[in-house]
Amino acid sequence: MTDIIQKVKNLSIGFRSKKGEEILILKNITTNIKKGETVGIVGESGSGKSTLALAMMGYVKHGLYTVGGECEFNSSNLLKMKSKELEKIRGRKIAMIPQNAGQALTPNLKIGYQIDEALQLHSDLNEKEREKKISELLNKVRLPSPETIALRYPHELSGGQQQRVAVAMALAGTPDLLLLDEPTTGLDVTTQAHVLELLNFIAKDTGTSMVYVSHDLGAIAQVSDRIIVMYSGEIVLEGPSRDILKRPIHPYTHGLLKSIPKLSLAGLPESMPGSQPQPGTIQSGCSFFDRCNFSDENCKNNSPKLEFLEDLNTSVRCFNHEKLVKESRVSQTVNKIKNKSQDKEILNLSEVSISYAKQKLLDQIFNRISDNNPTVKDININIKKGETIALVGESGSGKSTILKSIAGLLRTKDGLIRFDENRNLSSDLKERDPNDLRIIQLIFQNPDESLNPNHTVEEIIAQPLKLYFGLKGEELKKNIIDLLQKVRLGEFYTSRYPRQLSGGEKQRVAVARAFAAKPDIILCDEVTSALDVSVQAAVLNLLQQLKEDFGTTYIFVSHDLAVVRSISDRVAVLYQGRLCEVGPSNDVYKFPSHPYTEVLLGAVLEPDPDIKPKLVAEDIVEERPPEKGCSFQGRCSRIVGDICKKEVPPWQLTDSGNAIRCHIPIKELQKEQF
Amino acid sequence: MKVDNIYKEEKKSAFAKLSEIIITMASRPSGLIGLSILVFHIILAFISPYIAPHDFKAIDPTLMLQAPSAEYWFGTDDLGRDVFTRTILGGRTALTITFFGSLIALLWGGLLGIFCGLVGGKIDDVVMRIVDAFLSIPWILAMLLIVSLLGTSTEVLIPALGFFYGKGIVRVARAATHDVIAKDFIVSARARGHSNFSIIWNEIIPNVRDAILVEGAMRWSWMLLGFSSLSFLGFGVSPPTPDWGLMISNARGLMSFAYWAVIAPIVGLSSLIIGINLTADAFAKALGIDRSTKAPV
Repeated sequence: MTDIIQKVKNLSIGFRSKKGEEILILKNITTNIKKGETVGIVGESGSGKSTLALAMMGYVKHGLYTVGGECEFNSSNLLKMKSKELEKIRGRKIAMIPQNAGQALTPNLKIGYQIDEALQLHSDLNEKEREKKISELLNKVRLPSPETIALRYPHELSGGQQQRVAVAMALAGTPDLLLLDEPTTGLDVTTQAHVLELLNFIAKDTGTSMVYVSHDLGAIAQVSDRIIVMYSGEIVLEGPSRDILKRPIHPYTHGLLKSIPKLSLAGLPESMPGSQPQPGTIQSGCSFFDRCNFSDENCKNNSPKLEFLEDLNTSVRCFNHEKLVKESRVSQTVNKIKNKSQDKEILNLSEVSISYAKQKLLDQIFNRISDNNPTVKDININIKKGETIALVGESGSGKSTILKSIAGLLRTKDGLIRFDENRNLSSDLKERDPNDLRIIQLIFQNPDESLNPNHTVEEIIAQPLKLYFGLKGEELKKNIIDLLQKVRLGEFYTSRYPRQLSGGEKQRVAVARAFAAKPDIILCDEVTSALDVSVQAAVLNLLQQLKEDFGTTYIFVSHDLAVVRSISDRVAVLYQGRLCEVGPSNDVYKFPSHPYTEVLLGAVLEPDPDIKPKLVAEDIVEERPPEKGCSFQGRCSRIVGDICKKEVPPWQLTDSGNAIRCHIPIKELQKEQF
Repeated sequence: MKVDNIYKEEKKSAFAKLSEIIITMASRPSGLIGLSILVFHIILAFISPYIAPHDFKAIDPTLMLQAPSAEYWFGTDDLGRDVFTRTILGGRTALTITFFGSLIALLWGGLLGIFCGLVGGKIDDVVMRIVDAFLSIPWILAMLLIVSLLGTSTEVLIPALGFFYGKGIVRVARAATHDVIAKDFIVSARARGHSNFSIIWNEIIPNVRDAILVEGAMRWSWMLLGFSSLSFLGFGVSPPTPDWGLMISNARGLMSFAYWAVIAPIVGLSSLIIGINLTADAFAKALGIDRSTKAPV
């Protein structure tokens, strides 16, 4: 067939372990990319999806080598080509858009120059034509006023704009195939939705084939025509995107879709047990055997082959897919959270503002902070004992800053943080007494960074136990094992180092460490965003279970609105360090009333090709909060008038207990939703 | 057949770790050569007094500047002393003094660097400017001053060398600490309320130890060269103690007709320095530290 532009045939890529064994990262991959189609490659980290995408450009990472098979582009094998020949193809025929555009752009060269460089390499245009082409390209990726953007340096652009520039550069050579490696992963929800929409437009406009690699089924659902699901270096499912997302006939995809929290459903999703096997550990049988609900004896001993089902136009690697065909519609069951939050207030923030401004000498002497426009301002939140409150917002909204202040890591400028109605927590860590420190514990985003790589699990969990309770010897050991069991880890984990654990296990250890202090409040800073989807649900379920057992209060910070929806009782929406809306999560999600909440919720991507994100506001990024008026004035699509720019909007209460900060009357705000 | 053992190593004893590191070092040719040279020198330093064929200070005018022979393997010097005897004994003082000197440098440089990296702010600024000031003083002049004021005894040389070679370690330790300090596990320890001491001991040292050790090993070879320069200038060990620097200095005028009296100590000194350097590099590689990415200070 002529319309196939890339043919991957029996491709295996692997490396040699220290013991000299050959360990495969990709096992016998066979697939075709057709002209003009967008193929999404999904998988968890370590599934080999990036290795496959790189191989499609004829690139094999250092330390890996091609074991067998080929990647054919225009009927020549890329993996056997000399670098001179590859140079002619890369950029001109196949272009790549990297994950982090901020790091892919050279920081000391202007945007225009960098695109020009790509044009010089990949086209035969003369200088005049190139100049025209640059603004054409920047226009195409919808950057405002291309002429000025071309003169800027990468650091002067926002993350979304940088990603657009990367797209423009990739398009410079008018490639036939565009490889995108997690292109929206580091971006905010609203920006992500805009970039995806742009990619969709470009795919249609230029007829370029795209290979979109991501772990995010939501993003994949928006762009791809066909989806390849990878697990442990193999293709386990391949077919039209709608069928795969609506009726997955492989147990892994089935479980994956079940474990993604949805905006429309409150409550925790079902989790998938276990984690993806390390490469080289599977000797026989299906690689998904350990985690599969549909497995039998046959799966343990024999590896299934990728079967093509003609009636469904889908390839699947499973013995029991017929069982799944019958009941494949993903029926999402959620474990409703039942929180017994009491009326007793446990933490109260009143009029809290926090500033990052560098202090002048005079202010340093008087030990005060003077900043008229602090990063975080006017935060008033009451947190009740036993509830889970979530702070949501895009990056730069000040949600993590507030957490740091509650933990005492950052001084507040003004305002009070009170614990248990009457205990004032001083803003500085050094002035808090050990008990004040014990009652508030933190769990961090990335367990790779929050666990000391040179400590064993035992040493990690022992630290709070020794510090706060002075435990020693047998008792210490007993407590550690007890805690490990509470986070569903066995006793044998005590002597392991963090690098020997999987992402989910590491985060469990971090959770155990936080609970070791017997805290009243746990601050969760994006605790699931570094984890794979299938593991995320398990960690969320664990957190909920522990909370029910111990009556702990959670303050949950996340940019993932679906995750927040699944675990929180109340939500506080922040923009530029100012509160926009506070209320019970059911109401906030059902009737988004504040214009910003509406924007945020509209931009969330669901793993469903029929639910398209609503792009309400511009995805510009503001550097600093406005000095006067409403914090959202810069991007709001429903500005009432001058009042928004001059006066800080008042708090308005709805019947259901939502507090909204907007100049638009509450009735009108709610009316426009329907 | 369980392959997953590679992912499930247990906590090892310090000895097991060390032997594993040494095996890794010896598995590269450069590491093996370096290690063998270093071990050879250390063994020689221990046994040389017992195997020396002649008395190192026996002066015999009748044997002046004899060429190498069966009796005197490396010939004799201008006072008729056996060069072979003096060469195999000549590394002992240098090796001992610089070994303890680098231990001192490691200790104060490492600890001060970690401390500065952790506390930051004003204290860090002041300490680092002082260190910079000391870095700008030509060390050899300062050493000459110290030695001429306090004498050339071991008790003076070890701390003085230790001090001057520790300054660079301060910077390396501080930089290594900065790499770790921003990590969440330090933030987490601070939020729990651990003391600075506990944070340094439990959280930072295990993570910067390797970098500092490697730096210390490099400093050792530099210090050896520095010490030999002092001896060469007449401010190291005093005659008649055999020492390479001193031997080179004494015999360098006779190089044109009695090259053997110079070549032996030169080979001794340079082979030891190369040995230490190769070992330190192999050590760094075995620990997974790439020295080439770090600028020397």
